[in-house]
Amino acid sequence: MRAHLPILPVLLPLVGALLQPLVGLASRHAAWPLAVATAAATAAAGIAGLLDVLARGTRRYSVGGWAPPWGIEVVLDPLSAFTVCVIAVVATLTLLAGGPSARATYEGEEPTYYSLTLLLVAGLLGMVVSGDLFNVFVFLEVASISSYALVASGGGPALAAAFRYVVLGTIGASFYLLGVGCLYALTGTLNMADLAARLPAATGSPLFGGGIVFMVVGLAVKMGLFPLHGWLPDAYTRAPAPVAAVMAPVATKAAAYVLARVLLYVIRPEGLPVGTTLAWVGAAAIVAGGALAATQVDARRLLAYSSVSQMGYIALGLGLGVQDALVGAYLHILAHALMKAALFVALAAAVLDGRGPTLRALRLGSRMPITGACAVVAALSMIGVPPAAGFFSKWYLLQGALAAGQPILAGAILGGSLLAVVYMYRFTEAVWFGEPRAAGGPPEAPMPLLVGLVALAVASVAVGLGNAALVSNVLGPAAAGVGR
Amino acid sequence: MNYPYWVAVGLLMLGLYTMIAHRNLLKKAVGMTIFQTAIILFFLLLAVKRDASLPIVSGADVDPARFMNPLPHALMLTAIVVMVATSGVALAILIRLYARYGSLEEDVIAERVASDEADPA
Repeated sequence: MRAHLPILPVLLPLVGALLQPLVGLASRHAAWPLAVATAAATAAAGIAGLLDVLARGTRRYSVGGWAPPWGIEVVLDPLSAFTVCVIAVVATLTLLAGGPSARATYEGEEPTYYSLTLLLVAGLLGMVVSGDLFNVFVFLEVASISSYALVASGGGPALAAAFRYVVLGTIGASFYLLGVGCLYALTGTLNMADLAARLPAATGSPLFGGGIVFMVVGLAVKMGLFPLHGWLPDAYTRAPAPVAAVMAPVATKAAAYVLARVLLYVIRPEGLPVGTTLAWVGAAAIVAGGALAATQVDARRLLAYSSVSQMGYIALGLGLGVQDALVGAYLHILAHALMKAALFVALAAAVLDGRGPTLRALRLGSRMPITGACAVVAALSMIGVPPAAGFFSKWYLLQGALAAGQPILAGAILGGSLLAVVYMYRFTEAVWFGEPRAAGGPPEAPMPLLVGLVALAVASVAVGLGNAALVSNVLGPAAAGVGR
Repeated sequence: MNYPYWVAVGLLMLGLYTMIAHRNLLKKAVGMTIFQTAIILFFLLLAVKRDASLPIVSGADVDPARFMNPLPHALMLTAIVVMVATSGVALAILIRLYARYGSLEEDVIAERVASDEADPA
């Protein structure tokens, strides 16, 4: 079993997705427990993989026994094992918490919904563990096509958002593929390790610059990086509540991971101003996303624009490329996944209770104190209040920006937090002090939703408190050697 | 000598332009297919080699200069499958959109979506 540990996080959800329709024939009530169990097993495999990598070093696995660089390689190193854990654990908690909401949304169609979500998870995890550029494209499309269908399942306005997402998502994935083609034409290899060894001899070619630009632009579309975020607000706003809760925390993170992997570990474009551009675009994303979030009246759209802003932090850290900034960007992948999951789950609880989606109609606090409290914890993490995880990721980013001698970028990091105070204050105010609603219905959210939500909120704080251990054992080694 | 690449670039631009400029969603889907096909053409052009044969080794002749590279073809088979799946999802969404809003014109749909969101049925 240990020999196959690197591939298990992809295989488990893939098999789980195929089982869903079959089990659905027998009993559609089994769909949700089966999906949560599949995701939990995936998370367990991911954590076992991370512990194995920390104990024994990087694991390389040749799929089907074909040796790289000809065969497809799966690589678990500290960074990919960490990202697998983030995606699998957050997906498990959001699938658990989203259950009651999915039952209300998809009466009778739940096996299809869980099949698609597990395919989405399999695709995202495949993007993370793969050591082959073309294989990343295939998994990227597995994840994308599942998310197109998930967004479209909302019907009505969601269909228009889903079509926009298909068109822009395809442009992004195709640009990435075109970039892979350029690098393949240059070096004749698709394996990341092989490519990293061959590229330094070929950096003078116009194909090199072209390939990098195509790949970075394609991945920037996929991670919803301003100003290429056009698909994101509508998709997150109009998708059904359980879909937004599963998708929003993790879907853009895998693309951010691939961007980090390609730029820092494979290509390393020394002569081109790729990092600088990415850092400044990230700063623009932080400010523009935050400013747009602050003006929204729809709670879902507010959270969507806050995602645009928070992805800017990750891009800024990756672009700066100094050790602290990279650690901050990696930590922010985890911190943002946890807090955005908690906020969208809290929103799903409100929708389940017949509230929202406008801020005026939210008001969870008086009737759902636990849900409201968890939403506030996540909001504080988003702003960057210690000891929540969001504080420490931004702290590392800030130190990185100062170490790189970029006070303006450091200012953007702080400005983004100030904007987060504005939009998260509006969210929290709506949660606790919005218009009251006539009594009736259960006093709190359903138990599974509460369990998942409390776990996400507690994890937000626990990651913050335990950040030193995480950074020195996992993220520091992951960033070591690639930081400038 | 590189004129086939210009065809690929031309198709790429045509597809991208169609996706951005056309207001009709079905035409956007057509543009998307042209765009993806252009990338497939680009990859296949990478494998072109004069006076080479199929990469099937028989006997003692294993001189790589006499065979063409099969890898881009294998990659593009996968890419075609991806492209079919994307087009399928796009067309399925268009069918549902047309059934719901009675049009495939972006502006008309945007108008009706706005009135939908103001007063969800």
